[in-house]
Amino acid sequence: MPLAVSARRCVLVALAALLLGVWTVPSSAAETAAASGASAAATATPTIPPPQPPTGLLYADVPNDAGGAVSLTWETSPDDSAGRGLVDGYFLERALSPGGPWEVVDSVDAGVRAHTDVTVRRNETYFYRVAAFGPGGTTRAGAAAGPAIGRSSWFNLSRVSVLVFLLAFFLLVLYYMYMAQTGRKPFVRRLAGIDAIEEAIGRATEMGRPVLYVPGIQDIDEIQTVAGLVILESVAKMTARYDTPLRVPVSYPIPFTIAQEMVRSGHVDAGRPDAYDPDSVQFVSPEQFAYVAAITGIMLRERPAAHLFFGSFYGESLMLSETGFATGAIQIAATANVHQLPFFVVACDYTLIGEEMFAASAYLSGEARLVGGLKGADMLKLAIVAVVIVGCVLETLGIHTLTVWMQTQ
Amino acid sequence: MKREIPLFLTAVIGAIVLAGFFVPHQFISVPADYFQRCAVIVVAFGYALGGANLVRVNLEGIARRHPDWPYKVVLLVGMLVTLVFGLFVDRAKFQDPGTVSIWIYDNIYVPMNSTMFALLAFFIASAAFRAFRVRTAEAALLAVSALIVMIGRVPLGDAIMAGVFDHPGLPDWVRHLRLEPLQQWIMDWPQNAAKRAILIGAAMGVMATGLRVILGIERSYLGGSD
Repeated sequence: MPLAVSARRCVLVALAALLLGVWTVPSSAAETAAASGASAAATATPTIPPPQPPTGLLYADVPNDAGGAVSLTWETSPDDSAGRGLVDGYFLERALSPGGPWEVVDSVDAGVRAHTDVTVRRNETYFYRVAAFGPGGTTRAGAAAGPAIGRSSWFNLSRVSVLVFLLAFFLLVLYYMYMAQTGRKPFVRRLAGIDAIEEAIGRATEMGRPVLYVPGIQDIDEIQTVAGLVILESVAKMTARYDTPLRVPVSYPIPFTIAQEMVRSGHVDAGRPDAYDPDSVQFVSPEQFAYVAAITGIMLRERPAAHLFFGSFYGESLMLSETGFATGAIQIAATANVHQLPFFVVACDYTLIGEEMFAASAYLSGEARLVGGLKGADMLKLAIVAVVIVGCVLETLGIHTLTVWMQTQ
Repeated sequence: MKREIPLFLTAVIGAIVLAGFFVPHQFISVPADYFQRCAVIVVAFGYALGGANLVRVNLEGIARRHPDWPYKVVLLVGMLVTLVFGLFVDRAKFQDPGTVSIWIYDNIYVPMNSTMFALLAFFIASAAFRAFRVRTAEAALLAVSALIVMIGRVPLGDAIMAGVFDHPGLPDWVRHLRLEPLQQWIMDWPQNAAKRAILIGAAMGVMATGLRVILGIERSYLGGSD
């Protein structure tokens, strides 16, 4: 086909298509006609414009932190309204200088007008801008805001109430410790569970069976484990005095080494260092059910006459105490994990609830300073009860000052 | 000095970590974070001591032919196989799918763990049998409360109750006696009040123990006599 004829045909097809509004070129006419047709179609379809940019970007250093966050607020795009569908969200862009280069640090949904950038470095200067995006594309970002600097605070003001109570607690405890040391030792009512420890060890001695001591399944960073290990020393002292074997399976390595020291120390204090058996304390496994399997194995094979559970326990509490119950051993448990207390109450002969476990070392040692500390803790509890009652009254009256002051971050 | 240096370190590090709760400034927060990270290294050394104890105690048991010595063999072989494959075969990829370590985890560890966990159902049944025996007024209260909460919290229980209480012939006030809202009331009020009381008391105990450790009043955890 001659070139001139072909070109004329293309022009005719294009004109016909324009008139008909149809851009399908049925013939094998030149690709150029189709391409030009497609571009014309894009022009003809109603386009969605990019959303208008958000405005009023403000920045502020987040207070009471270590300087790692900057909060941003802005006015949403005028196109950001429900049902219009012009805005899908906003890009938050950050740069080290007002001229860029800009990096997108995060994005938020449409309608959101605040965000906290928690990826900033302390004392670094940043500039921010916000761009809206939607089906029509991304709008040009608004004006940059800055310089924003994340500065670290010297004091977390939202924790003033905690500090006040902590200082009051420390002062009360120290005061009553001092009083106890000067001879005014406070009266402490006896706890049946603690008194029963010696009874349980005595029973094991009579039966010629060992005592099993379980210091919980948590590591040393759990304060209940610390309390459990402190009580272990007194238990070890008693077993050494009665010449009764002691078994202490431990779940984590650091409590294991401390437990060894406690048992050895108990034997030394009882004047029986020769009776100390290094294998009485055994590292088992930090795995919950492996630990359970090992302890229940000891219970069923060696048949200890007394089981003492002092520490932090979870789902294994019932498995341990029920297996122990089946063996007929006398069982004493102590934990501050409230969800496990019902299981221990059901399956054990004595259960020390929450704070009673932390008080046990003072009871067992009888040391004046430790006993004085108990009175200090009781006095703060009294103060907390008073604050709770006052808070209830104020809230009922519609006064929220105390509640707000007590809230922490 | 054997006790003074650990006591000094405990007091200083404890005070810094405690101060870190109130002072976010890097002057305090950076060393506080650093000390907490150091704990990981100490724990790693602790595992070496724990592992050595585990091997020694079980080897002794095997050598002396304790009644349960075959279990000790299984334990040591299992430990050795897992360690060898993890350290020398799978190495850094021990958590990747297809490795022997993951096979051991999926096919040995997980089923054994699940089996132990499943036993809990039987322990709960036997413990509940004893707990709900009505002997005193308190035990009766416990049993009734437990019954309401247990039936009210399962969908089937609520569905059964709905069939009874939603009968069109019943007055409106009867509908409010369904177990679902009743059990929620028990959980929200009496249960929560008791739980919070225990938690406040326990928190006091935690603070008192922490203070005693930081001040060196509670020093028995260091071992040895004064």
